[in-house]
Amino acid sequence: MTGPKNLESRTKHVKQTWGKHCHHILYMSSVKTDFPTVELNVSEGRENLYWKTIRALQYIHQHHQDKANWFLKADDDTFVVIENLQYILSNLDPDKPLYLGRRFKPFISQGYMSGGAGYVLSKEALRRFVKGFQTGRCTHFSTIEDMALGKCMETMKVEPVDTRDLKGRQTFHAFPLDHYIIRQLQRPRPWYLIYDYYVPNEGPNCCSDFIVSFHYIHAVQQYVLEYFTYHLRPYGYSYRFKPDKMVEANNKTH
Amino acid sequence: MFGLLVIAHVCGQRKTQNAWKCVTAGFFYVILRQMRDISEISLACEALCQTESSLMLFRSVSRASAAAAIMLSDGGSFMKGMIVGGLFCLVLSLLGSFSPVTESGTDGNDHHHHHVKAASKDELQQLSDSRLQELNNQLKVYCVVMVQPKSLVYWATALDTWTKHCDKAEFYTSEVSKALEAIDLNEKDDWARLRKALKHAYENAGDIRWFFVAQPNTFAIIENLKYLVLTKDPEQPFYLGKAVKSGELEYVELNSGIVLSYEALKRLVNVFQDENKCPERGRQLWKLSDDKQLAVCLKFTGVFAENGEDIHGKGLFNSKTVDSLISESMKQNPNNVVKGCCSDLAVTFSGLSPNQMQVMMFGVYRLRPYGHDFHDLLTFFPPKGSDND
Repeated sequence: MTGPKNLESRTKHVKQTWGKHCHHILYMSSVKTDFPTVELNVSEGRENLYWKTIRALQYIHQHHQDKANWFLKADDDTFVVIENLQYILSNLDPDKPLYLGRRFKPFISQGYMSGGAGYVLSKEALRRFVKGFQTGRCTHFSTIEDMALGKCMETMKVEPVDTRDLKGRQTFHAFPLDHYIIRQLQRPRPWYLIYDYYVPNEGPNCCSDFIVSFHYIHAVQQYVLEYFTYHLRPYGYSYRFKPDKMVEANNKTH
Repeated sequence: MFGLLVIAHVCGQRKTQNAWKCVTAGFFYVILRQMRDISEISLACEALCQTESSLMLFRSVSRASAAAAIMLSDGGSFMKGMIVGGLFCLVLSLLGSFSPVTESGTDGNDHHHHHVKAASKDELQQLSDSRLQELNNQLKVYCVVMVQPKSLVYWATALDTWTKHCDKAEFYTSEVSKALEAIDLNEKDDWARLRKALKHAYENAGDIRWFFVAQPNTFAIIENLKYLVLTKDPEQPFYLGKAVKSGELEYVELNSGIVLSYEALKRLVNVFQDENKCPERGRQLWKLSDDKQLAVCLKFTGVFAENGEDIHGKGLFNSKTVDSLISESMKQNPNNVVKGCCSDLAVTFSGLSPNQMQVMMFGVYRLRPYGHDFHDLLTFFPPKGSDND
C-alpha cells in the first residue's frame, strides 16, 4: 500500500529489494502512474486507509484472484522475506479461510493482525472478505484498518494462524529489529509490545531466524536488511536452528 | 629575508604533513602572484598541494623555485629569500619524514604485494578432503581486544557478541574495572598498551597461529577471517586488514581490525626490544597513532601491510558501519545498492553502537531466507553456551 508522495522515498526501495521476490506485486495508490501504481478510487491519508485496503482487496479479487493462493498486504515501509513466508504457508491449505500476521489482542476477541507488520489472506479468506462487504455483513465501521479488517475476518469466520516458529519465536514484527532483539532485564511489557496476543520475549528469543517481516523500515534500512538476509553471512557456519531436523526428530519419536 | 621567515614559520606548523605542505603552497602562491604568468603559478601550487611524499615534495619545491627563478626579472633579494626558504622547507621535510628509508635492512624476501585475497572455490576444491579438514582444525584465531573502563558498555557488548566466535578472546584494559574481568596492563598510553597486549598474546598463544586485534566498537565475523587466511601459511609474515597509505607509510587501520600471522607477531615482539627502531614511548617529536607505529616497527622486520580482499577484489575490512556504507552505495550505485556496497564475506565493520552490535549478531548469525544453501567447503560450529547466535 503506498501513495504518490512516497514513491521516490520509500516504494522505489521496496521495488528494488524484497519486491523482486514476490510472484506478483501491485502498488496500490490513489493515482495511476508508470511506477506502475494501481489507481483506487480513494484519497490519501490515514483516515482513508481502511477504504483504500477494502478497494485494494476488491480490486485484487476482481482482477487477480486466480494468480495466487495467498495474498500479502504490506506497507511501503514494511520489509518482508518472501521465502520465509512461503516456508510457513507451505504447511497450510489456501482453500481454508486463514489469516496470518503479527497477532494483536485488543478490541477483537479472536485478535487481529497488525497492519504495519503485513498480513496474509488465503484465497478463501479473500473471497470471504469481499463477500462480507457485498452482503453488508462487513462494513467500514472504523478507520483503523487492521483492527476493522480483523473484525470482518472474525465475522466471516476466518481463522487467525499462530505464525511463531518451532521455538515459539515470532516471524512477523510490527517494529524494527532493534525494538525486540536488545537484551533487557525482566520488565513489564513496553508500550510497543502491549498489544501482543502471544506473550512476547525480549532479547534473542524475540525473533525467529526465519523472519517474515519488520515495520518502519525506510530506504537505507531496506537495503541493510536485504544485505543481512541475502548477502552477508559467516562462511561455513552451521546454524543452530535447524527446523527440518527438529521435525524429523519429532516424526521419529511418534 | 621575509620569504625565509614566513616559510620557516609555516613549516613549523606541524599539524599534519599535508596541512603544512598546503600552507607552504599557499605561501608560494602569494609570492608567485606577484608575477604575471598564471600557468607557472598554478603549476607550482598544484605540485605542492598534491605531494604525497618527501620525494615528491623535493621535486615540486625545486619546480616551483625554478618556475619563480625563470619568471622574475627584478627583485633579486626577494628571489634569493624564496629559494633559500624553499630549500629550508625541503630540509625540514626530509628530516620530518615519518617512514624509515624504504630500502632498510629487509631480508631478501621482499614481498611487496599490496593485497591478499581469499581463496577461490576452485582453489579450495583442489585440496583433498583430509587437507581441508586439517586446515579447518588447525585454523585458530586469538582475539586481542583493547578495552577501557570508560567504554564499558562497548566492552560488555563485544564480550556478549562477536568475540564468542574467537578460539581465544582476551580483553586487555588500560586499568582495572570492577565490572568486567580483563588483563590489566595498567597503561594509559595507547601504543605502550598495544605493545604489552601483543607481547602477552604471543607468550600465551599456545597452538594458535593467527591474531586479530580490535577495539570493542568493531564487529568482526571470525569465520570470514578464517576463510580469508585459510590457505595462507602462518609461518610466513602476514599483516592484513584495511591497508591505507599516509605519505610513504602503508599501514593497517586499527579501527577495522588488524590480522597478524604467528611469524609477523614473532618478528614484532623481537623488534620491540630495539629502542631505536621501535621505541616504547613513541617518537617524541611527532605523536604517531598506534596503528602507524605498528606499521613502522613491522616494516623494520620486513613485514608490510596488505589489504584483505574477497575474490572479487572487494575490501573485507570496513572502518564504517553497514548503514553508512549502504547510504554511500545508494548515492553511487542507485540501481545496484547492495551488490555495489559490501562483500558477502566481509570480516569487519566499525563505529557501531552497542545496540547495533546486537542487531548485527542477529543479522549475521541468524537472519536468513529458508532454503538457501551455500555448500561451503568448511564447517564452523556455533560456540557453546551462547544464545544469540
